[in-house]
Amino acid sequence: MFDWRWDFVAEIMPRLLWATGNTLMAAGIGYVIALVLGLFLALGQRGSNRVLTTILREGIEFIRSTPLILQIFFVFYVGPQFGLVLSPWVAGMIAIGLHYSCYLSEVYRGGIESVPRGQWEAATALNMTRWQTYKQVIIPQSLPFALAGMGNYLVGIFKDTPMLSVIGVYELVHTANAIGSENYRFLEPYTLVGFIFLAISLPTAALVRLFEGRVRSKMGMN
Amino acid sequence: MTLLEFVAQYWPRLLTGTANTVALFFLSAALGIAIALVMALMKLSSYRALRWTAISYIEIFRGTSLLVQLYWVFFVMPLFGFTIEKFTAGYLAVGMNIGAYGAELVRGAILSTPRGQWEAALAINMSPAKRMWRIILPQALVNMLPAWGNLLIELLKGTALVSLISVADLMFEAKQINGSTFLSAQAFGTALIIYYVLARFILTPFMRWAERAMARKIGKA
Repeated sequence: MFDWRWDFVAEIMPRLLWATGNTLMAAGIGYVIALVLGLFLALGQRGSNRVLTTILREGIEFIRSTPLILQIFFVFYVGPQFGLVLSPWVAGMIAIGLHYSCYLSEVYRGGIESVPRGQWEAATALNMTRWQTYKQVIIPQSLPFALAGMGNYLVGIFKDTPMLSVIGVYELVHTANAIGSENYRFLEPYTLVGFIFLAISLPTAALVRLFEGRVRSKMGMN
Repeated sequence: MTLLEFVAQYWPRLLTGTANTVALFFLSAALGIAIALVMALMKLSSYRALRWTAISYIEIFRGTSLLVQLYWVFFVMPLFGFTIEKFTAGYLAVGMNIGAYGAELVRGAILSTPRGQWEAALAINMSPAKRMWRIILPQALVNMLPAWGNLLIELLKGTALVSLISVADLMFEAKQINGSTFLSAQAFGTALIIYYVLARFILTPFMRWAERAMARKIGKA
């Protein structure tokens, strides 16, 4: 069909699978950075320092409303202008991790805000410190509310990793570009990349929903 | 070179780039909204073939990357005999992608319209099409506008990807200026600020206004 060549598919598959590993690694590292940094951003926004809160809010808003691809270029090219050379991987992980940490901080904030006020009051009555209250009372209870958003952004970060190809990270799209221009055949590499994305993101999304349902029923919700 | 000097020198190119970004935004938004509406109605249809077409469309476009879709439209479609000009390929890919996300918003909003509204429309003998158009969709529109505000910001950001197939949008101009001057902080920084202004001070206030206006129109505010 349409000049589809299976022998070419067999030839390029090992390279694409190797690149899939890189894509998954990029998504994984980016997601871990986003998970951790996002929590700090969310807690920082709830602090009592007005100036810090405003700066964080506006900064998050800025990063959320500008294109990730532009941020990737910015991080990668602005460093060398000031004598700081970053490798594609480092620049890419900073950009994608920072971008998604802003999204995740909003998810956490929503989750934390949906924990009833009475929980805070009860923790105060028990003479718990602010940190203890977050760690032992608030965050565990906010998790079920935050899980759906966290899962969506896991799939989201995975689907955004192709943008790293522009600064030379060897993930799936970068590899497909290379295969395409070496062989003057774009049909198979791009189509296979599409199928690989589907084959990973659809089951992941389904698993996330399953897990979310499990946690919610375990916490006695619905 | 300070940011002001930079803007004074390069504003014509940044302006053309911004104009192209805005044009891409409107074209892909129009396409995306149309696709979202059609796919949502198809997914709610009682015909299995329509339902499955919509489900496949939505899952394929939501399950893969916009960049992969863009490359596919631009590099692979010509092999099937459809050579598409790059600007067209750009807004087609972005619009089709957003349409898939939008379809789920439309579907959710239609389903969340109270049961009584459907029954009342049936009771006064409205045809299904008229009921959808006159009763259900206006109320669904009010419910889904806030979510569309976020989706349209995603769309605006998504248009930046077309620079990778050399469409001369704002991102592309920033990249070109960076390539010839090596003033990366100024070039990319200015572009970031322009995208921020478009999203935060034009698109968001407009959507807020639209939300209020629509809510008033159906007597909700």
